Formats: sequence, C-alpha cells, structure tokens
Amino acid sequence: MPAPIRLRELIRTIRTARTQAEEREMIQKECAAIRSSFREEDNTYRCRNVAKLLYMHMLGYPAHFGQLECLKLIASQKFTDKRIGYLGAMLLLDERQDVHLLMTNCIKNDLNHSTQYVQGLALCTLGCMGSSEMCRDLAGEVEKLLKTSNSYLRKKAALCAVHVIRKVPELMEMFLPATKNLLSEKNHGVLHTSVVLLTEMCERSPDMLAHFRKLVPQLVRILKNLIMSGYSPEHDVSGISDPFLQVRILRLLRILGKSDDDSSEAMNDILAQVATNTETSKNVGNAILYETVLTIMDIKSESGLRVLAINILGRFLLNNDKNIRYVALTSLLKTVQTDHNAVQRHRSTIVDCLKDLDVSIKRRAMELSFALVNGNNIRGMMKELLYFLDSCDPEFKADCASGVFLAAEKYGTDSLTSLHVTAVLSCVLAGSYVRDDSVPNLIQLITNSVEMHAYTVQRLYKALLDDISQQPLVQVASWCIGEYGDLLVSGQCEEEEPIQDEVLDVLEGLLVSNLSTPVTRGYALTAIMKLSTRFSSVNRIKKVVSIYGSSIDVELQQRAVEYNALFKKYDHMRPALLERMPIMEKTATNGPTEIVQTNGETEPSAVEPKHPPPVTQPANQVRTPYSGSYSEQDSSAVTTQFSHDIITFPPSVFQTFQLQLLSPSSNVVPALNQGTVTQVIRVLNPQKQQLRMRIKLTYTHKGSPVQDLAEVNNFPPQSWQ
Amino acid sequence: MIKAILIFNNHGKPRLIRFYQYFAEDMQQQIIRETFHLVSKRDDNVCNFLEGGSLIGGSDYKLIYRHYATLYFVFCVDSSESELGILDLIQVFVETLDKCFENVCELDLIFHMDKVHYILQEVVMGGMVLETNMNEIVAQVEVQNRMEKSESLVGSVAKNGHVTFPT
Repeated sequence: MPAPIRLRELIRTIRTARTQAEEREMIQKECAAIRSSFREEDNTYRCRNVAKLLYMHMLGYPAHFGQLECLKLIASQKFTDKRIGYLGAMLLLDERQDVHLLMTNCIKNDLNHSTQYVQGLALCTLGCMGSSEMCRDLAGEVEKLLKTSNSYLRKKAALCAVHVIRKVPELMEMFLPATKNLLSEKNHGVLHTSVVLLTEMCERSPDMLAHFRKLVPQLVRILKNLIMSGYSPEHDVSGISDPFLQVRILRLLRILGKSDDDSSEAMNDILAQVATNTETSKNVGNAILYETVLTIMDIKSESGLRVLAINILGRFLLNNDKNIRYVALTSLLKTVQTDHNAVQRHRSTIVDCLKDLDVSIKRRAMELSFALVNGNNIRGMMKELLYFLDSCDPEFKADCASGVFLAAEKYGTDSLTSLHVTAVLSCVLAGSYVRDDSVPNLIQLITNSVEMHAYTVQRLYKALLDDISQQPLVQVASWCIGEYGDLLVSGQCEEEEPIQDEVLDVLEGLLVSNLSTPVTRGYALTAIMKLSTRFSSVNRIKKVVSIYGSSIDVELQQRAVEYNALFKKYDHMRPALLERMPIMEKTATNGPTEIVQTNGETEPSAVEPKHPPPVTQPANQVRTPYSGSYSEQDSSAVTTQFSHDIITFPPSVFQTFQLQLLSPSSNVVPALNQGTVTQVIRVLNPQKQQLRMRIKLTYTHKGSPVQDLAEVNNFPPQSWQ
Repeated sequence: MIKAILIFNNHGKPRLIRFYQYFAEDMQQQIIRETFHLVSKRDDNVCNFLEGGSLIGGSDYKLIYRHYATLYFVFCVDSSESELGILDLIQVFVETLDKCFENVCELDLIFHMDKVHYILQEVVMGGMVLETNMNEIVAQVEVQNRMEKSESLVGSVAKNGHVTFPT
C-alpha cells in the first residue's frame, strides 16, 4: 500500500475543492485511507495520519476513530510521536471518554522522563484535560516538579497545579509547602505562573488567603524592582518591564488587600508610585494603570489614592483609544456606588460617550448615566437621555425607556413636571419597549401635571392614529382621551384639532380591533363613556355603550350594563361621576428603587415596583377597606363571599417589612351591612418605617369574581414607631 | 481563564481552533460560526471587546479580538483576565508567530497548523497564560523542532527493508 500522503499534501488537495460537497468527498476518501493505515498498525506513518486527522477535525469532520491512535503515539519512544500524540489527546479526548484513563500511566512515566520537553508535554496535557482521577493519581508528581530548579518545568508545573486544584480542591494543602520559595525565583515565567497559582489558592480558600497575606511585602518588592529596574531587554515590552507580570501581581495584591487594613497600608506607596510613573502612551502602560486603579478601588486605600484613581479613569475617558474608554466606563460603573461624588465630576464626559458610534461604549455610558442622575443634575441629564432615547438603536430602547422613566419618577419634582411628562411621553411613544405595569404610573404622572394635559392628549392621540398595536401606549392614550377629550377638540392644541366624531371613531376602532387586549377594550369603553359629559354627541355614545351590554367579555359587559344604567336611571349623577380625576397622591416608590438606582452594576430597570393597576372604573363604587362597606346601587340582597386568600400587595413594603396573614373570621360578608369579616395581618417592622399598605381584595359577588384595590395610609404613628 | 482561542479568516474559515473547556464537536463548529458572525460585523474603528455569544457563555464571557489583514484572532475570556492585558497577549502571540515563521502570513497558518498549535502551547496552557517573553517562547519552540528534525533524519526500517522518513 502506498505511503500515506503528508499533511501539507492533504491541505493542498482540499484547498482545490470548489464546493463543500467536493471537499467532503476528498475528506472521506482520505479518512478511509487513514483508517486502513491504522488497521495495519503501521508505526512509521501514524504521526502523519493523526496530524491529518486533527486538521480534518478542525474543519468540522468526525475524527473520533483516531483517539486510540493518539494513545499509541503517546506511548511511543520518539519525541515526534509524543508531540503529535499529546496534541491529539488534548484536542480529541476529554474526561467523558473512558479511553483517557489509559493515558494516566503514560503521563506518569513521561513526567519522570529524562528529557525536559517530554516532561513538559506531559504536564501540558495533564494541565489541560486531566480528569479528577488522573489528577489525584498524579498530583504527587506535579508537586515534585513544582520544587525543581528547572524553570521551564517549574512554570508548567505551577499551572498544572492550578488545574489539579480546580479539579480536586482537597489537594490544595498538598501544594502549600512547595509555594514557600516560589516568589524568590528570578525567572519571570516562573514568577508569573506562581502568582497565578497563589491567586487561585487565595480565591478558593480564606485560610490560604490569610496565610499568604504575609507575602505582601515580597510582592511589593518585586513590583518595585520591575518599575525601577530601568531598561532590561529580555523583559521589555514597548518600554515597560514585563507588564504582564506587573498586572498579575497587582491583581494578587488586590485580593490580598481587600478588607485588610495592614496589607492595604503596605501597598499604598507602591500603588501610588505605579499610578504616577507608568508611561501611558502605549497600551501596555494603560493595562497596568487600569489594573492599578481597580486594585486601589478594591482595597482599603486612603482617600487621596482613591481620588487619584478616579482621575486616572477620567483621563482614560478622554483617550482616543476606544478600548481605553471602554474599560474606563466599565470600572467607573463598578465604583459609582462607593465613590459617587468623585465620579460625578466626570459626568459631562460620560454623557458625551452616549454619542459614540461604538455600541459597547454607548451601552456602558447609558448605564453609567442612569447611575449618576440625581436631584441636582436631573434637568440636564434628562435632556441628554431623552435625546439618546429618540436616536438610539432598538436594542437599547427598552432599557433606556425604563431608566428614563424611573429617573423621572424618582427625581422629578413639581417644578420639573413638564420635563417629567415629556420624559414619560417619550417612553410611552417608544412603544412596546415600555413595561405593561408602568401604565398606571404614567397615568398618575399625567394627571398630576395639570398644565401638560392638552399637550399630552394631543401627542397621544396622534400616536394612536399611527399605530394601535402597542398596548401600553393605547391604554394610556385612551385614558387620556377619555379624561381630556374636551381639550383635544377645543383648539387648545397647536395643530389642527380633530372633531368629536373622529375621536369617537378612533376609540370605537380600539374596541373592535383584534390587536386590542381585553384590558385595552375596557379602557376604551370607559373613555367613550367619559366623553359623554365632554362631547356633545351623547346619542352616539349611548348606542355604543348599549351594544356592548351583550358582549361576550364579562368585564366589558358589566361595564356597558352599568354605564347603560347610568344613562337611564342615574342620568342626574352622570356629570358628577364622570368629572375629571383629582390629583392622585404619589405612591411610595422610595426604598427599594433607591437602593437599586445607586447600584451602578444592575440596570435601573431591574427592579420595577409592581403596582396593581389603579381603579379605572367609574367612581360609583366607593370602597373603604376597613369598614368593608359597599354602597350598592341595587338594594336587593347581596351575598358576598370573600375568597380565602385576601391578598395584601404592598410591593414597596417587601424589603423592610415582614407580613403574616392569619385566616379571616369568616368567608361570607352578609348583605346590607349586616355584618363584617375581619382578617388579622401581623406586620414585623424592625426598621420602624412608616407603615403604608395597599390592599387588593378578590371576592365573588353574585357569582362573578371581583377585584378591588385600596390604599391605607392613615395608620396611627404609634403603630410603627 | 481563557475559554477558547479561535483564529479564522475574513470568510470565517477556521485556521486554528483551541478550546480549553469541553464542547461537543458540532457545538464547537457552531461557536466558530457564531463568533465569526459577531466579530465580522464590527467596524474597524470600534473597541475590541464584545460580549460573548450565547453559545459560548453569554455575558459572563467576553470576546477580545484583533484583526490583522485577513485574519481574526479571537480570545474568549472570563472576568479573571485583564481585557487590555489579553490584547497585549494577542500581540505577543502574533509577533512570536512572526519570528517563528519569518514574516508570517495566512498560508503559513494554513499549512503548518500543528506547528502553530505547538507555539500556542508554549504561550497558553490549560486556559492560563504560561509565558509572555517572546524570546523564551521562540527558543523553546526551536529546540523542540530541532529534536523532531533529528529524529526524522534517523529513518526507520520497514518490513520490506526500505528505509522511510516519516515526517
């Protein structure tokens, strides 16, 4: 049989293939040749065949039939065979295959080989894909090699030890004695991997961390030598002496100095030195500076040093290199909670980054901007953020809208309501990017900003004309039209105002559209009803309402029936009932939102206070929770049955209170105020926060389920102080 | 820790694939395709850092890449590695390749895939950085190549009496 072709022949052949099918054919042919060559147990050409197999594996073709051959190569005496065999083992094998255990003996022998490069291959393979069994068996050998004076082997043994510790953490103790004089090595490769090993041990075990704290002076000394040593050609990278080692040491110092005053103090000087002396014209210098800054921020450094660090980050922000700006923004995001004021100084630069072309930078700048918004800068920030919301890519819109909304809610004061409402409107007009449960918040906001009503309703009406598929937008818009429809048609708006029939057309369109959810339909129907006191086309409205009296949707039907009743029997009450909503009291959104806002790492939108939707039904069903009274239009007997779970739903209470619900005294409320039902709720209030509750009642009335909401703010102070 | 090192050309053809964590074969190919898709979309003047694609671990991992003429060098790393440091490491690796192959170009990587693996083995081991000194790496690789060469000059005698030289 002719000699198998060389690897580069194969590659050349495959490159001539013009289609995928042609390539596959060539590969299959070669695979068949390789298989028969393997069957012949030909030692001479095995390494060539395995090399070809690895090439085909890289292109994505199956190569598992070569696994055993790799083992045979590893067992061979020749260095060439071992080299390709070990490579094949690392690429084709892993601990999922039982075959890999057969390697253990070979590796053991090779770890004790007379040639250091063979030992190196063995260490490399063990360190890449050694399973826990293999690591357990061979840890002793690795430990031995960790103590050798051969620096080539020592550095490989160190990384191999890291892998062993990752696979079998119990073996960490075993390597402790060998670490004693690792740091006194002169060879930088060994130093580097030793620091990696020490870092791994410190991260895994607090005991080790405490033990290695005594190494801080030594590490500081090594770092000092690197900085002060002047030009050393062997370690020089762009004029800095071994930047990789410097970065590694800085990272270890960070871990050692965290929450430890003594260590932190020992490091202060060297950190200041590195921060001021490092040359920043090339990337390597910046890498060191960046690591220094992170270390300064993490340990218990003195305040002067922290300010220095943040100023370095500020300088990074102005750097032309995008990568530097990116890492600066990332680190500022991490430090904004602890050093808020210092970061504020760089606010304008950060806001400028919003206009960067790079997506990664824009995202980080956006997160950081939201973290920086406070009562003082809300006006300026809001302008920038709204502009960003308008012009940003769709992938950002959801997060940006939520962030803007939360910021407006938190910091928007009365004097800023117009700004506030504009912000809110922009969010809503960003369409589906707004969460469904922010609808009630938006409605409340709009209600409270009286002078903006006309503008708001006009904009929302226009948006509704374009698109009725985004439910939050439709709901808010229909609510507003219902409330302020008179402003919409009265000519208070700048542009041509719609006539009443057009408005009613739009609302009726919502009722029949397939895109509208049942909730939206409810909003639309109520809006139409409200317009009966604001518009003159009452007959039309009456007609619409009566049609829905026989709707299949129970909620719509109930509303329509009640509105009908309003027209027929209670027409004298109608204007009073349907008049403008009063200003709503601001709901308690302090507490959890605040904590989340200042945590620069998470999105401000991560915690959205979940409010139940507000009462949007007409005000003819007044409920006060404690008395449980229920003013009933119909004086026939009512049996009300409370369902067994009375849900208390104060989301803003969750984090500071604990609730315990006891069962209600009965689950039937007799009709006509003949009796009451009591349910005791125990509240644990360790932080003595003001107690406010929002209660949602779910019960069945005349066979149909009803939901009711109320808020209780008038707890006497003695109850919670 | 470095999770994977991928080198592919401007059309997505792989030139070197090294995973330091287990992935099934077809998953490996999918990751290569996804990474190429993410990286090739990038402009030349944006930063060299990307969130990892969903297949390779999502937002826990970053893709740090450099584009040299026709080749993309992509390192997928987690947060324990310094981003700027990895950028420098890619530079060191490429310069080492340049020294070993003398003005390296894509063809060298194509035809000497195994040699590139050997060089990489001296730089990164088990997903961790082993050696960053270019001269050290080159020296060690040269010695091993010489050992291979000397073995190949000593041919082996086949059954029919012919002397053959394997590599």
